[in-house]
Amino acid sequence: MDHWFPESISTYGADVDGIFHLIYWIVGFWFVLTLGVLLYCVVRFRRRAGVPASHIRGERWRELAWIVVPAAIVLLLDLGIDAAGARVWDHVKTDLPPGDVHLAVTGKQFEWLITYPGPDAKLGTADDFTLNSQLHVPAGKDVRITLRAEDVLHSFFLPHVRLKQDAIPGRTIDMWFNATRPGTWELACAELCGFGHHTMRGTFVVHAPEEWEQWIRSRAPSA
Amino acid sequence: MSHVAAAAHGHHPEPGFWRKYVFSVDHKVIGTQYMFLGLVMALLGGASVYVIRWQLAWPESQIPLTGWIPEPAMYEGHLDPAFYNQLVTMHGTIMVFFVAMPILLGGLGNFLLPLMIGADDMALPRLNMMSFWTIFTAAMVLVASFFVPGGPASAGWTGYPPLSADAQYTGVEWGLNLWILALALEFGSFLMGGVNFLTTAINMRAPGLSFFRLPLMVWMQLTAAVLFMLSVGPLIAGAVMLLLDRTLGTSFFLPARGGDPLLWQHLFWFFGHPEVYVVLLPGVGAVLEVLPAFARKPIFGYRAIVYSTIVAGVLSFIVWAHHMFIAGIDPRLATPFSITTILISVPFAVLLFAMIATLWGGSITFATPMLFAIGFLVTFLVGGVTGIFNGSAALDIFIHDTYFVVGHFHYTLFPTVFFGGFAGIYYWYPKIFGRMLHEGLGKLHFWLTFVTFNLVFLPMFRLGMGGHMRRIYNPLNYEFLRPLEPVNQFVTVAAIALLVSQVPFALNFLGALVWGRRAPANPWNATTLEWATASPPPHGNFATVPTVHHGPYEYSRPDTAADFVPQHVPLPAPPAAEAVGAAGI
Repeated sequence: MDHWFPESISTYGADVDGIFHLIYWIVGFWFVLTLGVLLYCVVRFRRRAGVPASHIRGERWRELAWIVVPAAIVLLLDLGIDAAGARVWDHVKTDLPPGDVHLAVTGKQFEWLITYPGPDAKLGTADDFTLNSQLHVPAGKDVRITLRAEDVLHSFFLPHVRLKQDAIPGRTIDMWFNATRPGTWELACAELCGFGHHTMRGTFVVHAPEEWEQWIRSRAPSA
Repeated sequence: MSHVAAAAHGHHPEPGFWRKYVFSVDHKVIGTQYMFLGLVMALLGGASVYVIRWQLAWPESQIPLTGWIPEPAMYEGHLDPAFYNQLVTMHGTIMVFFVAMPILLGGLGNFLLPLMIGADDMALPRLNMMSFWTIFTAAMVLVASFFVPGGPASAGWTGYPPLSADAQYTGVEWGLNLWILALALEFGSFLMGGVNFLTTAINMRAPGLSFFRLPLMVWMQLTAAVLFMLSVGPLIAGAVMLLLDRTLGTSFFLPARGGDPLLWQHLFWFFGHPEVYVVLLPGVGAVLEVLPAFARKPIFGYRAIVYSTIVAGVLSFIVWAHHMFIAGIDPRLATPFSITTILISVPFAVLLFAMIATLWGGSITFATPMLFAIGFLVTFLVGGVTGIFNGSAALDIFIHDTYFVVGHFHYTLFPTVFFGGFAGIYYWYPKIFGRMLHEGLGKLHFWLTFVTFNLVFLPMFRLGMGGHMRRIYNPLNYEFLRPLEPVNQFVTVAAIALLVSQVPFALNFLGALVWGRRAPANPWNATTLEWATASPPPHGNFATVPTVHHGPYEYSRPDTAADFVPQHVPLPAPPAAEAVGAAGI
């Protein structure tokens, strides 16, 4: 089923997918078991002439145990899922690394304005430049992005990175990722933002690390 | 109190047509009116699905049968992207607020509650009538919003600002204002209903009907009423704030002048999460009534079910931010809300296991209501387990706002409204209309619906895993979505089949009103009080107020010859030897 996910090209993509697999196997077991019991009952306990139903009320412990004990096991498994998930969540969303490369992204109806730090590698200086809906990053580096929105809510979605973050006008929100290899993928908007929501597509290019500075210089405004 | 009311009823003149069938204060008429409203609005909600799904499957095509829709919504058969967003918005709004709630709460709840407790009507019959006409007005306002300049609301059924807070972002002006007004009226209607349900259940139960002898449908309706009443306040406040932002230049949700879009999300979802249980519980209630009647066994674990439902209801107030994990809230809140969210699966597991255990050792027959009840169990199981995926914040980073979510909530809402609701409609139709539905058409309806429903929504998990976003007018814009397009096409064909599968139901429902076999008082040999009176019940419901002697599910008792003992019939006295033995302990 792994091939049902977009290919994973980030350092934490496998962690996110791992939570899916953990949940899948646990709920899959319970789903098959519960459905199995249900189908068994529906077949085995069809009305037969002269055979009355059993007057089971489910009020004594030895009857209730059949549902309470499974529910308790479900609870324990639930907490295990939460523990595993919390680690991945913190890694992606709470414990942001300082970042090797800083970008600024602003969502607006209906494009992504992506500001690069320029050859001096510092955002907020004169050599910064902004591209429209083209996200370029170097491979193997922690990319830290400050996300904004100009007008309405948008959502920055890199499916191959397994990163999604809503952009809110009036706020700045930091996020990070580390793309593992060069190639071209896509950026999408994942929050309904108007009639052009479906057009808010960006190209997402991961450069070989040795080509990154050359690319930056080639796009920066001339001195 | 009900004795006095019953006496008074005998003394008013026979009402004319309008007072009897249109402006009636009789809960049975009002319940039927709610049900008709819900079923008619379902046509509109379903029609929107046809256009949405066609667009998703064949985005660059002309959509058949849409020639009557004027520009700018459709242009020579091509769907305008803004109208797509409007259809998506109206589909959700109509289905949740004008189909699910009217059918399950207003319809089944209103009709059944007084009957199930042995009362002659609701405590507040005129308030009941007002509640219906309020939601009727709300529905008219919502339908009218299709016809105003700019068309209907287009910011999703969730209506997030700033998109919804300023007309410049959508081009929709009056449509969104009317949407807010329609919702406010709908909330008012159900507040009135909630007050009525609670007052009636607390005050008007027949002698002997203690709370733990109530049919579980009553428990579910009451819990739903409490959840609704406690949760809707913040959203009403939010709706007023949104309307003020749109019309009077305030900026509750507009950051440019100091507002916060996230505030709306908190207000919406603080209501929104309990709301999904408000919708769910009555559907579960219908299943809980049907299962014992057709398994000829008591419901398994009556008290466990009541306590689990209350626990789930309480928990439902502390999970709301699982709709907002990546919305921009402080990331440290995600784990606490993931924990509360996953905890809610425990009472629902108890509920589902208890329902299945009810079948164990039963003597099961498969009339249409039972088929739908079992269909509920199968499909809701999928909905429940897929909730675990969504409730984990870490995984939600990827699946939020994808079709994985759409699959999950259709596997919970659709089972409750359609499988649970149809179980209830097929079960109580004889009581409501005094006619039997055609069993063959009912079974056909079930199988077609069950199969096509799964074909529509199961593939959506595949779409979500592939990253397919929600509310996307043209998935072909994205390279990574192009390989998923055949799945979209499959889903669309199945969706059209699902819509067409409702035709047998419509024919049956309407046809049986005229040609159905006359229904006896108790066609299903069931135990609860509504079956102790005629089908349909007369004005005042019961000739004499019944006395309740025991709980609601006395089926297949070893000490009775009949395989059921209605609630108003005493149980056999325990044998003398047993009484002596008990005294000796």
